[in-house]
Amino acid sequence: MLTFIIGRVTQALAMVAVMSALVFAAIFAIGNPVDVFLNEDMTQTEIEAVTKALGLDLPLWQQYLRFVSNIVHGDFGSSFVFGRSALSVVLERLPATLELAFAATIIALLIGLPVGLCVGLRPGSRADRAVMSVTSFCFSVPTFWAGLLLVLIFSVELKWLPTNGRGETVDLFGIPVSFLTWNGLRHLFLPAFNLSLPLLALIVRLTRAGTVENMGLDYIRFARAKGIAEWRIVFVHLLRNIAIPILTVTGLQLGSLIAFAVVTENVFGWPGIGKLIVDSIMQLDRPVIVAHLVMVVLLFSFINMLVDIAVALIDPRVRMSGKAK
Amino acid sequence: MPPDQPGLLAKAWQRGLRDTRVVMAGSVLALVILVSILCPLLAPQNPYDLTQLDIMDSMLPPLSRGAAGQLYLLGTDDQGRDILSGIMYGLQISILVGIVSGVVALLIGTTVGLTAAYFGGIVDAALMRLVDLQLSFPAILIALILVAVLGTGVDKIIIALIVVQWAYYARASRSAALVERNKEYVEAAHCLRFGTFTILRREILPNALPPMIVVGSAEVAAAIRLEATLSFLGLGLPVTQPSLGLMIANGYQYMISGNYWISIYPGIALLLTVASLNTLGDHLRDVLNPRSGD
Repeated sequence: MLTFIIGRVTQALAMVAVMSALVFAAIFAIGNPVDVFLNEDMTQTEIEAVTKALGLDLPLWQQYLRFVSNIVHGDFGSSFVFGRSALSVVLERLPATLELAFAATIIALLIGLPVGLCVGLRPGSRADRAVMSVTSFCFSVPTFWAGLLLVLIFSVELKWLPTNGRGETVDLFGIPVSFLTWNGLRHLFLPAFNLSLPLLALIVRLTRAGTVENMGLDYIRFARAKGIAEWRIVFVHLLRNIAIPILTVTGLQLGSLIAFAVVTENVFGWPGIGKLIVDSIMQLDRPVIVAHLVMVVLLFSFINMLVDIAVALIDPRVRMSGKAK
Repeated sequence: MPPDQPGLLAKAWQRGLRDTRVVMAGSVLALVILVSILCPLLAPQNPYDLTQLDIMDSMLPPLSRGAAGQLYLLGTDDQGRDILSGIMYGLQISILVGIVSGVVALLIGTTVGLTAAYFGGIVDAALMRLVDLQLSFPAILIALILVAVLGTGVDKIIIALIVVQWAYYARASRSAALVERNKEYVEAAHCLRFGTFTILRREILPNALPPMIVVGSAEVAAAIRLEATLSFLGLGLPVTQPSLGLMIANGYQYMISGNYWISIYPGIALLLTVASLNTLGDHLRDVLNPRSGD
C-alpha cells in the first residue's frame, strides 16, 4: 500500500511540475514576459527596471527556477486591480467556489443514485427511456444556457429563488459559508444544481449501468435463492458493489467541477474564483490570472491524487494492479 | 492494399435510416449546415449591416411587425436586430470555428497518434504521456490558460480549440493504428519495401479512419459548445463576429426583465446543433462497435 501511495504522490508531483513548466512556457516564452507583470501605463525606464527585478535577463532555466521558487513561496506579485497580493485575492474567493462544487456533488449524488437505481432495476421501461433521454440532453446542453433556463424558470417566471450573488453568509471556522442560512441556501441551490447537471447525468448512467450489469450476476441470484428480501439485496448487496466506480468518478469529477464553476459562477454572479478569473482576464490583471491557474492546477492534481489513494484503500483490486506494475 | 470492407459511412447510412432519432438528428444537422452556408440569401436582414437596423424596432417580442411592416419571427434584440437572422449568421461562425479547429486538430492528432503507434518504444511513451497529461485536465481549464495567454479573437479561439482537441484524436488514432500495425497487409507492404511514410499514409491511415470519424463528430460538438461558452464569458469571439454564445450573453441582461427571446432562441439553435452532432456520433459508434454503449 505504501508503495502505491508513494508512486501516486510522485505521479502527482510530476504532473504539477510539467504543468508549471507549461504555464511558465506559455507565459514567458509565447507572450511577452514583461506584459505579464506590467500594466500599460508604465514608462520605458520602469519597464526596464521591472525586467531586471524579475530576472528576465537571466537564462531561461534560471528564470524557470525563479518562477517555481516564487510559486513555492506563494509570491505571485500583487494584483493591479486589488492592489494586494494576488494569492490572497484568489484564496479569499476560493471557499465560495469550493462550497459550490461540494454542493453540486451532493445534489448529483442525492438525485443521481436513487434515479439510476430505480431505472436500472427496470431497464427498457418507459421511465428508463425517459431518463436516458434526459441524461443525453444534460450531456449536450451547454452549462451556461442551462443556467439561463433555470434563472428564467425559477427566478424570473416563478420568482421562487434569487438570480444573483451568494446571499447571507455565516462564518464557519473563520470561512464565510452560505449553506447555514436560509437566505444563503436559496442563493446556493440554483447555481449548485446548474453545476451538477453533467455530473448528475453521469451518475445516473453509471448507477443504471452498474445495476443492470450486477442484477444479472450470480451473487444476486444466489442472494435471491437464499430468500433474502429484495430491498436488502438492492441496498446492501448491490449498492456495495456498484458504489466504488461511482464514488471514484464522483471524486475525480470534483476537480472538473471546480474548473467548470467558471461558467456557473458567471451566470449566477457567484463570487468565487471562476468569476475572478474571467474578470481578471478582461482587466488584464495578470498576477491574479497566474495565481488562479496555478492554484486550480494544484487543487486539481491534489484532489485526483487523494481520490486515487482513497479508492486504493477501499478497493483491494486497484492496490494489487498497482503492485503488479 | 487495404482490405475491402463495407464502409462505415455506408453501413451507418443504411442502419440510420431505420432509426427515427438518427434521421431527425441528421435532418437537423443538414438544415443547420445549409442555413449556415446560405445565410446571406436566407436571412431576412443582415444583422451586422447597421443601415438595415431600425432602432425603433428594438426589443420586439417574437411574431411582431416592425415599423416598416416586416415580420420579426423570433423578435428583435436591444439594437433592433432580427433574432432569426442573428441566429443564422451566428450558426455560420460557430460551425466554421468548430469545423476548422476540428479538422486541424484531426490532422495534428492523427499524425502524432500514427507516429506513436508505428515507432513505439520511447517515442510512443513520450507522446502518450503528453496526451494523458493533457486529457487529465478539463478542457475548459486548458482553454482558459490559452485565452489568458493568447488573448481573444477568432484565430486565438481556433488555436485554443485545436490545442484542447488534438489529444483526443491522437489517442484514438494511436489505438486504431496499433490494431492495424500487426495485420498482414501492413506486413505485405513492408515486404514490398514501401517507405515508412507511404505505409502510414496509404495503408494504415485509411483503415484507422473509422474510429476517428466517431471521435470527430463528438469533438466538433464539444468544440462548438466550448466556443459558445468562451464567447458567453466574453473571452471568445469579438463583437464584430457574433457567435451564438455572444448573442446569448447579450440577451442575458434583458432576460431578468422578462425579455426571454434574445437568449433563448439562439440557445435552442446551439443545443439542436450540439445534440444532433452527439446523436450522430453515438450512432456511428454503435455501428462501428455494436457492443459498446447499452
